[in-house]
Amino acid sequence: MSKNREIPPMHPASAMDFLPPAQLRDVQFTRLKDMVQRAFDHVALFRKRMDEQKLKPSDLRTLDDIVKLPFTVKTDLRDTYPFGLCASPMSEIVRFHASSGTTGKPIVVAYTQEDLNDWTRAVLRSLAACGVHNGDIVQVAYGYGLFTGGLGLHYGAEALGASVIPISGGNTDRQIMVMKDFGVTVVCCTPSYFLHLIDRAGEMGINMKELPLRIGVFGAEPWTEDMRERIEAGSDIKAYDIYGLSEIVGPGVANECTHQAGPHIFEDLFYPEIIDPKTLEPLPDGTEGELVLTTLCKRAMPMIRYRTRDITALEPTRCACGRTLRRIKRIGRRSDDMLIIRGVNLFPSQIEAALLKVEGTLPHYQIIVDRQKDLDTLEVQVEVTADAFSDTVSAMEQMKKRLAHSIEIITGLRPAVKLVAPRSLQRSEGKAKRVIDKRIM
Amino acid sequence: MKIKQLSVFLENKPGALSAPCRLLAKADINIQTCSLADTREFGILRLVVEDTDKAKRLLQRNGFAVKVTDVIALEVADEPGGLAAILDALEGTGINIEYAYSFSSRTKGHALLLFRFSDPNAALRVLKERNINTVGSEELTKRLKG
Repeated sequence: MSKNREIPPMHPASAMDFLPPAQLRDVQFTRLKDMVQRAFDHVALFRKRMDEQKLKPSDLRTLDDIVKLPFTVKTDLRDTYPFGLCASPMSEIVRFHASSGTTGKPIVVAYTQEDLNDWTRAVLRSLAACGVHNGDIVQVAYGYGLFTGGLGLHYGAEALGASVIPISGGNTDRQIMVMKDFGVTVVCCTPSYFLHLIDRAGEMGINMKELPLRIGVFGAEPWTEDMRERIEAGSDIKAYDIYGLSEIVGPGVANECTHQAGPHIFEDLFYPEIIDPKTLEPLPDGTEGELVLTTLCKRAMPMIRYRTRDITALEPTRCACGRTLRRIKRIGRRSDDMLIIRGVNLFPSQIEAALLKVEGTLPHYQIIVDRQKDLDTLEVQVEVTADAFSDTVSAMEQMKKRLAHSIEIITGLRPAVKLVAPRSLQRSEGKAKRVIDKRIM
Repeated sequence: MKIKQLSVFLENKPGALSAPCRLLAKADINIQTCSLADTREFGILRLVVEDTDKAKRLLQRNGFAVKVTDVIALEVADEPGGLAAILDALEGTGINIEYAYSFSSRTKGHALLLFRFSDPNAALRVLKERNINTVGSEELTKRLKG
Protein backbone atom coordinates (compact mmCIF):
# COMPACT_ATOMS: atom_id res chain seq x y z
CA MET A 1 0.00 0.00 0.00
CA SER A 2 1.35 3.41 -0.84
CA LYS A 3 0.35 6.93 0.01
CA ASN A 4 -1.61 9.02 -2.46
CA ARG A 5 0.00 12.46 -2.68
CA GLU A 6 -2.33 13.96 -5.26
CA ILE A 7 -3.74 17.37 -4.39
CA PRO A 8 -7.51 17.35 -4.95
CA PRO A 9 -9.39 20.14 -6.75
CA MET A 10 -10.80 22.84 -4.47
CA HIS A 11 -14.11 22.06 -2.81
CA PRO A 12 -16.86 24.61 -3.65
CA ALA A 13 -17.39 25.33 0.06
CA SER A 14 -13.80 26.55 0.25
CA ALA A 15 -14.64 29.51 -2.00
CA MET A 16 -15.55 31.48 1.13
CA ASP A 17 -11.93 31.07 2.28
CA PHE A 18 -10.82 33.31 -0.60
CA LEU A 19 -13.34 36.14 -0.30
CA PRO A 20 -11.78 39.54 -1.07
CA PRO A 21 -11.14 41.33 2.26
CA ALA A 22 -13.63 44.15 1.65
CA GLN A 23 -16.34 41.66 0.81
CA LEU A 24 -15.43 39.56 3.83
CA ARG A 25 -15.83 42.61 6.07
CA ASP A 26 -19.26 43.30 4.55
CA VAL A 27 -20.37 39.75 5.30
CA GLN A 28 -18.96 39.99 8.82
CA PHE A 29 -20.65 43.30 9.55
CA THR A 30 -24.06 42.22 8.26
CA ARG A 31 -23.91 39.01 10.27
CA LEU A 32 -22.60 40.78 13.38
CA LYS A 33 -25.48 43.24 13.43
CA ASP A 34 -28.09 40.48 13.08
CA MET A 35 -26.48 38.35 15.74
CA VAL A 36 -26.08 41.22 18.23
CA GLN A 37 -29.74 42.14 17.73
CA ARG A 38 -30.80 38.54 18.41
CA ALA A 39 -28.65 38.32 21.53
CA PHE A 40 -29.92 41.71 22.74
CA ASP A 41 -33.51 40.61 22.26
CA HIS A 42 -33.23 37.16 23.82
CA VAL A 43 -30.25 36.91 26.21
CA ALA A 44 -30.92 38.70 29.50
CA LEU A 45 -27.29 38.85 30.59
CA PHE A 46 -26.15 40.40 27.31
CA ARG A 47 -28.96 42.92 27.33
CA LYS A 48 -28.13 43.90 30.91
CA ARG A 49 -24.48 44.47 30.03
CA MET A 50 -25.41 46.50 26.96
CA ASP A 51 -27.81 48.57 29.06
CA GLU A 52 -25.10 49.19 31.67
CA GLN A 53 -22.91 50.64 28.94
CA LYS A 54 -25.88 52.48 27.41
CA LEU A 55 -25.30 50.60 24.19
CA LYS A 56 -27.87 49.55 21.61
CA PRO A 57 -27.37 47.16 18.70
CA SER A 58 -27.89 50.18 16.43
CA ASP A 59 -24.71 51.73 17.88
CA LEU A 60 -22.76 49.29 15.73
CA ARG A 61 -22.04 51.52 12.74
CA THR A 62 -18.97 49.76 11.41
CA LEU A 63 -17.35 46.39 11.96
CA ASP A 64 -14.69 48.05 14.12
CA ASP A 65 -17.39 49.11 16.58
CA ILE A 66 -17.30 45.51 17.81
CA VAL A 67 -14.74 46.67 20.37
CA LYS A 68 -17.52 48.58 22.15
CA LEU A 69 -19.37 45.35 22.96
CA PRO A 70 -19.02 43.72 26.39
CA PHE A 71 -16.87 40.61 26.77
CA THR A 72 -18.22 37.17 27.61
CA VAL A 73 -16.18 34.88 29.86
CA LYS A 74 -16.30 31.23 30.81
CA THR A 75 -17.85 31.92 34.20
CA ASP A 76 -20.82 33.53 32.42
CA LEU A 77 -21.65 30.09 31.05
CA ARG A 78 -21.32 28.57 34.47
CA ASP A 79 -23.35 31.26 36.19
CA THR A 80 -26.20 30.84 33.72
CA TYR A 81 -25.98 27.02 33.67
CA PRO A 82 -27.49 25.30 31.84
CA PHE A 83 -29.54 27.34 29.36
CA GLY A 84 -29.24 30.96 30.53
CA LEU A 85 -27.34 32.17 27.46
CA CYS A 86 -29.69 30.55 24.96
CA ALA A 87 -31.18 32.94 22.43
CA SER A 88 -33.46 30.37 20.83
CA PRO A 89 -36.52 28.61 22.27
CA MET A 90 -36.12 24.90 23.08
CA SER A 91 -38.35 24.09 20.11
CA GLU A 92 -35.54 25.28 17.84
CA ILE A 93 -32.63 23.74 19.75
CA VAL A 94 -31.66 20.36 18.35
CA ARG A 95 -28.38 19.51 20.10
CA PHE A 96 -26.40 20.10 23.28
CA HIS A 97 -22.74 19.60 23.98
CA ALA A 98 -20.87 20.20 27.21
CA SER A 99 -17.33 20.59 28.42
CA SER A 100 -15.90 20.66 31.89
CA GLY A 101 -16.24 23.97 33.70
CA THR A 102 -14.26 25.52 36.52
CA THR A 103 -16.21 23.69 39.21
CA GLY A 104 -18.33 20.56 39.22
CA LYS A 105 -20.88 21.87 36.74
CA PRO A 106 -20.12 21.47 33.06
CA ILE A 107 -20.41 24.24 30.52
CA VAL A 108 -23.35 23.64 28.24
CA VAL A 109 -23.60 24.77 24.63
CA ALA A 110 -26.69 24.56 22.42
CA TYR A 111 -27.24 24.41 18.66
CA THR A 112 -30.14 24.99 16.33
CA GLN A 113 -30.26 23.00 13.10
CA GLU A 114 -28.85 26.04 11.31
CA ASP A 115 -25.99 26.18 13.84
CA LEU A 116 -25.20 22.54 13.18
CA ASN A 117 -25.22 23.20 9.43
CA ASP A 118 -22.78 26.11 9.89
CA TRP A 119 -20.55 24.01 12.12
CA THR A 120 -20.59 21.12 9.68
CA ARG A 121 -19.60 23.53 6.93
CA ALA A 122 -16.75 24.94 9.04
CA VAL A 123 -15.41 21.43 9.65
CA LEU A 124 -15.88 20.57 5.98
CA ARG A 125 -13.81 23.63 5.04
CA SER A 126 -11.25 22.66 7.70
CA LEU A 127 -10.80 19.22 6.21
CA ALA A 128 -10.87 20.50 2.64
CA ALA A 129 -8.19 23.10 3.48
CA CYS A 130 -5.72 20.38 4.41
CA GLY A 131 -6.47 18.24 1.39
CA VAL A 132 -9.14 15.80 2.56
CA HIS A 133 -11.67 14.91 -0.15
CA ASN A 134 -14.40 12.45 -0.97
CA GLY A 135 -12.85 9.05 -1.36
CA ASP A 136 -10.82 9.51 1.79
CA ILE A 137 -11.45 7.10 4.63
CA VAL A 138 -11.59 9.16 7.81
CA GLN A 139 -11.07 7.63 11.23
CA VAL A 140 -12.59 9.92 13.86
CA ALA A 141 -10.81 8.97 17.07
CA TYR A 142 -11.99 11.96 19.09
CA GLY A 143 -14.49 11.08 21.79
CA TYR A 144 -18.14 11.01 20.75
CA GLY A 145 -20.73 12.31 23.16
CA LEU A 146 -20.94 15.54 25.09
CA PHE A 147 -17.44 16.44 23.89
CA THR A 148 -17.66 18.33 20.59
CA GLY A 149 -14.63 16.62 19.01
CA GLY A 150 -16.15 13.37 17.77
CA LEU A 151 -19.49 14.53 16.38
CA GLY A 152 -17.99 17.77 15.05
CA LEU A 153 -15.42 16.03 12.86
CA HIS A 154 -17.93 13.32 12.02
CA TYR A 155 -20.52 15.51 10.36
CA GLY A 156 -17.95 17.68 8.62
CA ALA A 157 -16.20 14.66 7.10
CA GLU A 158 -19.52 13.14 6.03
CA ALA A 159 -20.61 16.40 4.41
CA LEU A 160 -17.35 16.41 2.48
CA GLY A 161 -18.30 13.00 1.12
CA ALA A 162 -15.53 11.15 2.92
CA SER A 163 -16.10 7.66 4.32
CA VAL A 164 -16.29 8.10 8.07
CA ILE A 165 -15.33 5.57 10.73
CA PRO A 166 -16.88 6.81 14.01
CA ILE A 167 -14.53 4.77 16.18
CA SER A 168 -14.38 7.39 19.00
CA GLY A 169 -11.53 7.47 21.50
CA GLY A 170 -9.70 4.68 23.29
CA ASN A 171 -8.95 1.03 22.59
CA THR A 172 -5.63 1.67 20.89
CA ASP A 173 -5.10 -1.82 19.46
CA ARG A 174 -8.48 -1.73 17.75
CA GLN A 175 -7.74 1.74 16.37
CA ILE A 176 -4.59 0.38 14.75
CA MET A 177 -6.31 -2.74 13.45
CA VAL A 178 -9.06 -0.66 11.84
CA MET A 179 -6.56 1.85 10.47
CA LYS A 180 -4.67 -0.92 8.73
CA ASP A 181 -7.57 -3.15 7.65
CA PHE A 182 -9.83 -0.34 6.35
CA GLY A 183 -6.97 1.43 4.60
CA VAL A 184 -7.64 4.62 6.55
CA THR A 185 -6.22 7.74 4.83
CA VAL A 186 -7.15 10.45 7.35
CA VAL A 187 -7.11 10.29 11.13
CA CYS A 188 -8.56 12.83 13.57
CA CYS A 189 -7.46 12.73 17.22
CA THR A 190 -5.26 14.56 19.71
CA PRO A 191 -1.63 14.82 18.57
CA SER A 192 -0.37 13.12 21.72
CA TYR A 193 -2.71 10.19 21.14
CA PHE A 194 -1.45 9.83 17.59
CA LEU A 195 2.14 9.66 18.83
CA HIS A 196 0.94 6.91 21.13
CA LEU A 197 -0.67 5.15 18.15
CA ILE A 198 2.62 5.26 16.23
CA ASP A 199 4.45 3.67 19.17
CA ARG A 200 1.82 1.02 19.76
CA ALA A 201 1.64 0.18 16.05
CA GLY A 202 5.41 -0.36 16.11
CA GLU A 203 5.04 -2.75 19.03
CA MET A 204 2.38 -4.61 17.06
CA GLY A 205 4.77 -4.91 14.13
CA ILE A 206 2.92 -2.35 11.99
CA ASN A 207 4.89 0.42 10.33
CA MET A 208 2.65 3.47 9.94
CA LYS A 209 4.84 4.72 7.12
CA GLU A 210 3.67 1.79 5.01
CA LEU A 211 -0.05 2.40 5.59
CA PRO A 212 -2.15 4.51 3.16
CA LEU A 213 -2.65 7.05 5.98
CA ARG A 214 -1.60 10.45 4.64
CA ILE A 215 -3.28 13.16 6.73
CA GLY A 216 -3.74 13.75 10.44
CA VAL A 217 -6.09 16.44 11.75
CA PHE A 218 -4.91 17.08 15.27
CA GLY A 219 -6.33 19.31 17.95
CA ALA A 220 -8.12 19.57 21.30
CA GLU A 221 -4.80 20.24 23.02
CA PRO A 222 -1.83 22.54 22.49
CA TRP A 223 1.05 20.99 20.58
CA THR A 224 4.44 22.03 19.28
CA GLU A 225 6.36 22.10 16.00
CA ASP A 226 8.59 19.49 17.54
CA MET A 227 5.60 17.18 17.93
CA ARG A 228 4.63 17.84 14.31
CA GLU A 229 8.11 16.75 13.21
CA ARG A 230 7.97 13.62 15.33
CA ILE A 231 4.53 12.72 14.00
CA GLU A 232 5.46 13.27 10.38
CA ALA A 233 8.79 11.46 10.72
CA GLY A 234 7.18 8.54 12.51
CA SER A 235 4.25 7.98 10.17
CA ASP A 236 5.05 9.74 6.89
CA ILE A 237 1.80 11.74 7.01
CA LYS A 238 1.08 15.46 6.97
CA ALA A 239 -0.02 16.71 10.38
CA TYR A 240 -2.44 19.65 10.51
CA ASP A 241 -3.57 21.77 13.44
CA ILE A 242 -7.30 22.15 13.97
CA TYR A 243 -8.47 24.71 16.52
CA GLY A 244 -11.77 25.14 18.25
CA LEU A 245 -13.55 25.34 21.56
CA SER A 246 -17.01 24.21 22.47
CA GLU A 247 -18.08 27.63 23.76
CA ILE A 248 -17.70 28.94 20.20
CA VAL A 249 -18.81 25.84 18.31
CA GLY A 250 -16.30 22.99 18.74
CA PRO A 251 -13.52 21.98 16.35
CA GLY A 252 -13.42 23.88 13.08
CA VAL A 253 -13.08 27.45 14.31
CA ALA A 254 -9.74 27.44 12.51
CA ASN A 255 -7.69 24.93 10.56
CA GLU A 256 -4.37 24.80 8.78
CA CYS A 257 -4.11 24.66 5.02
CA THR A 258 -1.58 22.49 3.20
CA HIS A 259 1.08 25.15 3.84
CA GLN A 260 0.99 24.23 7.56
CA ALA A 261 1.56 27.84 8.51
CA GLY A 262 -0.93 28.23 11.37
CA PRO A 263 -4.70 27.67 11.47
CA HIS A 264 -6.84 29.96 9.27
CA ILE A 265 -9.83 31.27 11.19
CA PHE A 266 -13.10 30.90 9.34
CA GLU A 267 -13.63 34.60 9.78
CA ASP A 268 -16.97 34.76 8.01
CA LEU A 269 -18.31 32.65 10.93
CA PHE A 270 -16.01 33.53 13.83
CA TYR A 271 -14.66 37.05 14.21
CA PRO A 272 -11.23 37.13 15.86
CA GLU A 273 -9.64 39.86 17.97
CA ILE A 274 -6.48 39.91 20.02
CA ILE A 275 -6.59 41.81 23.29
CA ASP A 276 -4.20 42.57 26.09
CA PRO A 277 -5.49 40.22 28.84
CA LYS A 278 -4.65 42.82 31.51
CA THR A 279 -5.94 46.08 30.01
CA LEU A 280 -8.49 44.36 27.72
CA GLU A 281 -7.44 46.78 24.95
CA PRO A 282 -7.40 45.49 21.36
CA LEU A 283 -3.96 44.73 19.94
CA PRO A 284 -2.88 44.97 16.31
CA ASP A 285 -2.19 41.94 14.10
CA GLY A 286 1.19 40.41 14.79
CA THR A 287 1.10 41.26 18.48
CA GLU A 288 0.68 38.47 20.99
CA GLY A 289 -2.30 38.59 23.30
CA GLU A 290 -5.48 36.79 24.24
CA LEU A 291 -7.70 35.53 21.46
CA VAL A 292 -11.27 36.83 21.63
CA LEU A 293 -13.88 35.30 19.34
CA THR A 294 -17.36 36.38 18.32
CA THR A 295 -19.74 33.93 16.67
CA LEU A 296 -21.20 35.80 13.72
CA CYS A 297 -23.96 33.30 12.87
CA LYS A 298 -24.71 31.27 15.99
CA ARG A 299 -28.39 31.30 16.89
CA ALA A 300 -28.97 29.01 19.86
CA MET A 301 -26.08 30.40 21.88
CA PRO A 302 -24.36 33.41 20.37
CA MET A 303 -21.00 34.25 21.92
CA ILE A 304 -20.03 37.88 21.85
CA ARG A 305 -16.37 38.76 22.36
CA TYR A 306 -15.74 35.51 24.15
CA ARG A 307 -12.40 35.50 25.96
CA THR A 308 -10.80 32.19 24.98
CA ARG A 309 -7.84 32.66 27.38
CA ASP A 310 -5.64 31.24 24.63
CA ILE A 311 -2.54 33.36 24.04
CA THR A 312 -1.69 33.78 20.37
CA ALA A 313 -1.27 36.41 17.65
CA LEU A 314 -2.98 37.01 14.33
CA GLU A 315 -0.41 36.61 11.56
CA PRO A 316 -0.07 39.97 9.84
CA THR A 317 0.85 38.49 6.46
CA ARG A 318 -1.25 36.68 3.87
CA CYS A 319 -0.71 32.91 3.62
CA ALA A 320 0.91 31.55 0.45
CA CYS A 321 -2.24 29.50 -0.18
CA GLY A 322 -4.07 32.70 -1.13
CA ARG A 323 -6.76 32.44 1.55
CA THR A 324 -7.84 35.84 2.83
CA LEU A 325 -8.66 34.29 6.20
CA ARG A 326 -6.20 35.33 8.85
CA ARG A 327 -4.14 32.75 10.69
CA ILE A 328 -3.43 32.37 14.39
CA LYS A 329 -0.01 31.48 15.72
CA ARG A 330 0.40 28.15 17.43
CA ILE A 331 -1.22 28.28 20.85
CA GLY A 332 1.09 27.28 23.65
CA ARG A 333 -0.11 28.98 26.75
CA ARG A 334 -3.17 30.46 28.35
CA SER A 335 -4.00 33.55 30.35
CA ASP A 336 -5.76 31.48 33.00
CA ASP A 337 -4.82 28.33 34.89
CA MET A 338 -6.72 25.88 32.71
CA LEU A 339 -4.86 22.72 31.78
CA ILE A 340 -5.68 20.53 28.82
CA ILE A 341 -5.13 16.88 29.62
CA ARG A 342 -5.91 14.22 27.04
CA GLY A 343 -8.09 16.82 25.37
CA VAL A 344 -10.09 17.45 28.53
CA ASN A 345 -10.13 20.89 30.13
CA LEU A 346 -9.06 20.90 33.74
CA PHE A 347 -9.00 23.72 36.26
CA PRO A 348 -7.11 23.33 39.54
CA SER A 349 -10.25 24.59 41.29
CA GLN A 350 -12.01 21.40 40.15
CA ILE A 351 -9.42 19.32 41.97
CA GLU A 352 -9.95 21.48 45.04
CA ALA A 353 -13.69 20.93 44.90
CA ALA A 354 -13.14 17.17 44.63
CA LEU A 355 -10.69 17.00 47.54
CA LEU A 356 -12.91 19.19 49.69
CA LYS A 357 -15.83 16.90 49.06
CA VAL A 358 -13.98 13.90 50.44
CA GLU A 359 -11.95 15.40 53.26
CA GLY A 360 -14.22 18.17 54.51
CA THR A 361 -11.29 20.57 54.61
CA LEU A 362 -8.90 21.33 51.80
CA PRO A 363 -5.59 19.53 52.19
CA HIS A 364 -2.44 20.80 50.52
CA TYR A 365 -2.18 19.26 47.11
CA GLN A 366 -0.20 19.45 43.93
CA ILE A 367 -1.20 18.57 40.40
CA ILE A 368 1.55 16.93 38.37
CA VAL A 369 0.90 16.72 34.66
CA ASP A 370 3.33 14.74 32.57
CA ARG A 371 3.47 12.91 29.29
CA GLN A 372 4.52 9.29 29.37
CA LYS A 373 4.71 7.22 26.21
CA ASP A 374 3.06 10.21 24.53
CA LEU A 375 -0.02 10.08 26.74
CA ASP A 376 -0.86 12.77 29.25
CA THR A 377 -0.78 11.65 32.84
CA LEU A 378 -2.46 13.33 35.78
CA GLU A 379 -1.15 12.78 39.26
CA VAL A 380 -2.61 14.51 42.28
CA GLN A 381 -0.38 14.51 45.32
CA VAL A 382 -2.27 15.06 48.53
CA GLU A 383 -0.67 15.81 51.86
CA VAL A 384 -1.92 13.54 54.60
CA THR A 385 -3.48 15.44 57.47
CA ALA A 386 -3.72 14.20 61.06
CA ASP A 387 -7.50 14.04 60.66
CA ALA A 388 -7.41 11.99 57.51
CA PHE A 389 -4.61 9.73 58.67
CA SER A 390 -5.38 6.21 59.84
CA ASP A 391 -3.15 3.53 61.32
CA THR A 392 -4.39 0.86 58.90
CA VAL A 393 -3.25 0.48 55.32
CA SER A 394 -6.71 -0.50 54.14
CA ALA A 395 -8.25 2.73 55.45
CA MET A 396 -5.55 4.74 53.69
CA GLU A 397 -6.07 2.87 50.44
CA GLN A 398 -9.81 3.50 50.76
CA MET A 399 -9.09 7.17 51.23
CA LYS A 400 -7.00 7.23 48.05
CA LYS A 401 -9.79 5.53 46.14
CA ARG A 402 -12.39 8.00 47.39
CA LEU A 403 -10.19 10.93 46.39
CA ALA A 404 -9.55 9.50 42.91
CA HIS A 405 -13.23 8.74 42.43
CA SER A 406 -14.29 12.22 43.50
CA ILE A 407 -11.79 13.79 41.08
CA GLU A 408 -12.98 11.56 38.26
CA ILE A 409 -16.62 12.46 38.85
CA ILE A 410 -15.92 16.19 38.77
CA THR A 411 -13.29 16.35 36.02
CA GLY A 412 -13.93 13.28 33.89
CA LEU A 413 -10.25 12.42 34.22
CA ARG A 414 -8.98 9.44 36.14
CA PRO A 415 -6.03 10.61 38.23
CA ALA A 416 -3.31 8.74 40.05
CA VAL A 417 -3.66 9.91 43.64
CA LYS A 418 -0.51 9.85 45.72
CA LEU A 419 -0.54 10.45 49.44
CA VAL A 420 2.47 12.40 50.64
CA ALA A 421 3.78 13.50 54.01
CA PRO A 422 2.53 16.74 55.61
CA ARG A 423 4.51 19.83 54.55
CA SER A 424 6.32 17.89 51.86
CA LEU A 425 4.83 19.77 48.92
CA GLN A 426 6.63 22.74 47.50
CA ARG A 427 5.44 26.12 48.72
CA SER A 428 6.73 29.36 47.35
CA GLU A 429 6.26 32.59 49.28
CA GLY A 430 3.89 30.80 51.57
CA LYS A 431 1.65 30.04 48.64
CA ALA A 432 1.54 26.48 47.44
CA LYS A 433 2.60 25.77 43.90
CA ARG A 434 -0.50 23.99 42.69
CA VAL A 435 0.45 22.79 39.24
CA ILE A 436 3.60 21.30 37.81
CA ASP A 437 3.27 20.72 34.09
CA LYS A 438 6.21 18.65 32.94
CA ARG A 439 5.02 18.33 29.33
CA ILE A 440 7.10 20.10 26.73
CA MET A 441 5.03 23.09 25.77
CA MET B 1 -5.54 -3.15 79.66
CA LYS B 2 -5.03 -1.11 76.59
CA ILE B 3 -1.78 0.33 75.40
CA LYS B 4 -1.34 3.50 73.38
CA GLN B 5 0.28 3.11 70.02
CA LEU B 6 1.54 5.91 67.81
CA SER B 7 1.19 5.67 64.05
CA VAL B 8 3.23 7.91 61.80
CA PHE B 9 2.69 8.47 58.08
CA LEU B 10 5.82 7.99 56.00
CA GLU B 11 6.47 8.35 52.33
CA ASN B 12 8.04 5.30 50.80
CA LYS B 13 11.41 6.79 50.03
CA PRO B 14 14.97 6.51 51.32
CA GLY B 15 15.47 8.22 54.67
CA ALA B 16 11.78 8.46 55.51
CA LEU B 17 12.06 6.03 58.42
CA SER B 18 15.17 7.52 59.95
CA ALA B 19 13.72 11.02 60.44
CA PRO B 20 11.15 10.18 63.15
CA CYS B 21 13.48 7.65 64.77
CA ARG B 22 16.26 10.21 65.04
CA LEU B 23 13.86 12.73 66.57
CA LEU B 24 12.81 10.27 69.24
CA ALA B 25 16.41 9.29 69.93
CA LYS B 26 17.44 12.91 70.44
CA ALA B 27 14.59 13.40 72.91
CA ASP B 28 15.71 10.24 74.71
CA ILE B 29 12.46 8.44 73.99
CA ASN B 30 12.92 4.70 73.83
CA ILE B 31 10.99 2.73 71.23
CA GLN B 32 9.68 -0.36 72.97
CA THR B 33 8.56 -1.98 69.77
CA CYS B 34 7.63 -0.94 66.28
CA SER B 35 6.36 -2.28 63.01
CA LEU B 36 6.23 -0.88 59.55
CA ALA B 37 3.37 -1.43 57.16
CA ASP B 38 4.25 -0.43 53.67
CA THR B 39 2.68 -0.05 50.27
CA ARG B 40 4.35 0.91 47.02
CA GLU B 41 4.17 4.60 47.80
CA PHE B 42 3.63 5.10 51.52
CA GLY B 43 4.26 3.42 54.83
CA ILE B 44 2.75 3.53 58.28
CA LEU B 45 5.21 3.32 61.17
CA ARG B 46 3.61 2.01 64.34
CA LEU B 47 5.38 2.63 67.60
CA VAL B 48 4.97 1.83 71.24
CA VAL B 49 7.03 4.16 73.40
CA GLU B 50 7.25 4.85 77.10
CA ASP B 51 5.93 8.40 76.99
CA THR B 52 3.31 8.43 74.26
CA ASP B 53 2.15 12.02 74.78
CA LYS B 54 5.63 13.45 74.69
CA ALA B 55 6.50 11.49 71.56
CA LYS B 56 3.27 12.53 69.89
CA ARG B 57 3.83 16.22 70.58
CA LEU B 58 7.40 15.99 69.38
CA LEU B 59 6.46 14.29 66.13
CA GLN B 60 3.56 16.62 65.45
CA ARG B 61 5.70 19.67 66.10
CA ASN B 62 8.04 18.38 63.47
CA GLY B 63 5.33 18.09 60.88
CA PHE B 64 4.42 14.40 61.02
CA ALA B 65 0.88 13.14 60.68
CA VAL B 66 0.45 11.17 63.90
CA LYS B 67 -2.41 9.14 65.25
CA VAL B 68 -2.85 7.46 68.62
CA THR B 69 -4.59 4.10 68.61
CA ASP B 70 -5.48 1.63 71.35
CA VAL B 71 -3.76 -1.70 71.02
CA ILE B 72 -3.66 -4.66 73.35
CA ALA B 73 -0.55 -6.54 74.45
CA LEU B 74 -1.01 -10.23 75.11
CA GLU B 75 1.23 -12.85 76.55
CA VAL B 76 1.32 -15.78 74.23
CA ALA B 77 2.74 -19.12 75.25
CA ASP B 78 5.86 -19.70 73.21
CA GLU B 79 4.79 -23.17 72.12
CA PRO B 80 2.83 -24.71 69.27
CA GLY B 81 -0.78 -23.53 69.42
CA GLY B 82 0.01 -20.46 71.56
CA LEU B 83 -1.38 -17.95 69.07
CA ALA B 84 -4.16 -20.27 67.94
CA ALA B 85 -5.60 -20.28 71.49
CA ILE B 86 -6.09 -16.52 71.34
CA LEU B 87 -7.59 -16.61 67.89
CA ASP B 88 -9.98 -19.35 69.02
CA ALA B 89 -11.20 -17.08 71.79
CA LEU B 90 -12.11 -14.40 69.30
CA GLU B 91 -13.75 -16.63 66.78
CA GLY B 92 -17.39 -15.85 66.17
CA THR B 93 -17.26 -12.56 68.09
CA GLY B 94 -17.11 -10.39 64.99
CA ILE B 95 -13.93 -8.76 66.26
CA ASN B 96 -11.27 -8.43 63.59
CA ILE B 97 -7.56 -8.29 64.01
CA GLU B 98 -6.46 -5.35 61.85
CA TYR B 99 -2.81 -6.22 62.40
CA ALA B 100 -0.47 -7.66 65.00
CA TYR B 101 3.22 -7.54 65.73
CA SER B 102 5.48 -8.61 68.53
CA PHE B 103 8.01 -7.48 71.05
CA SER B 104 11.46 -8.88 70.62
CA SER B 105 11.87 -9.78 74.28
CA ARG B 106 10.69 -13.06 75.66
CA THR B 107 10.09 -13.87 79.28
CA LYS B 108 9.49 -17.15 81.02
CA GLY B 109 8.51 -19.05 77.93
CA HIS B 110 6.12 -16.36 76.79
CA ALA B 111 6.19 -14.12 73.79
CA LEU B 112 4.58 -10.68 73.88
CA LEU B 113 2.34 -9.79 71.00
CA LEU B 114 0.52 -6.56 70.18
CA PHE B 115 -2.88 -6.67 68.60
CA ARG B 116 -4.87 -3.95 66.93
CA PHE B 117 -8.47 -5.12 67.17
CA SER B 118 -11.30 -3.56 65.24
CA ASP B 119 -13.05 -3.02 68.58
CA PRO B 120 -10.49 -2.94 71.42
CA ASN B 121 -13.07 -2.70 74.23
CA ALA B 122 -15.07 -5.65 72.98
CA ALA B 123 -11.84 -7.58 72.56
CA LEU B 124 -10.85 -6.83 76.16
CA ARG B 125 -14.17 -8.20 77.42
CA VAL B 126 -13.83 -11.39 75.43
CA LEU B 127 -10.24 -11.90 76.53
CA LYS B 128 -11.17 -11.39 80.17
CA GLU B 129 -13.97 -13.95 79.93
CA ARG B 130 -11.47 -16.44 78.59
CA ASN B 131 -8.92 -15.59 81.28
CA ILE B 132 -6.37 -14.42 78.79
CA ASN B 133 -4.04 -11.93 80.43
CA THR B 134 -3.37 -8.60 78.89
CA VAL B 135 -0.28 -6.63 79.70
CA GLY B 136 -0.63 -2.95 80.61
CA SER B 137 1.90 -0.28 79.88
CA GLU B 138 3.49 -0.16 83.31
CA GLU B 139 3.87 -3.90 83.43
CA LEU B 140 5.18 -3.74 79.90
CA THR B 141 7.88 -1.25 80.79
CA LYS B 142 8.87 -3.30 83.80
CA ARG B 143 9.17 -6.44 81.78
CA LEU B 144 11.09 -4.85 78.97
CA LYS B 145 13.55 -3.34 81.40
CA GLY B 146 13.72 -6.33 83.71
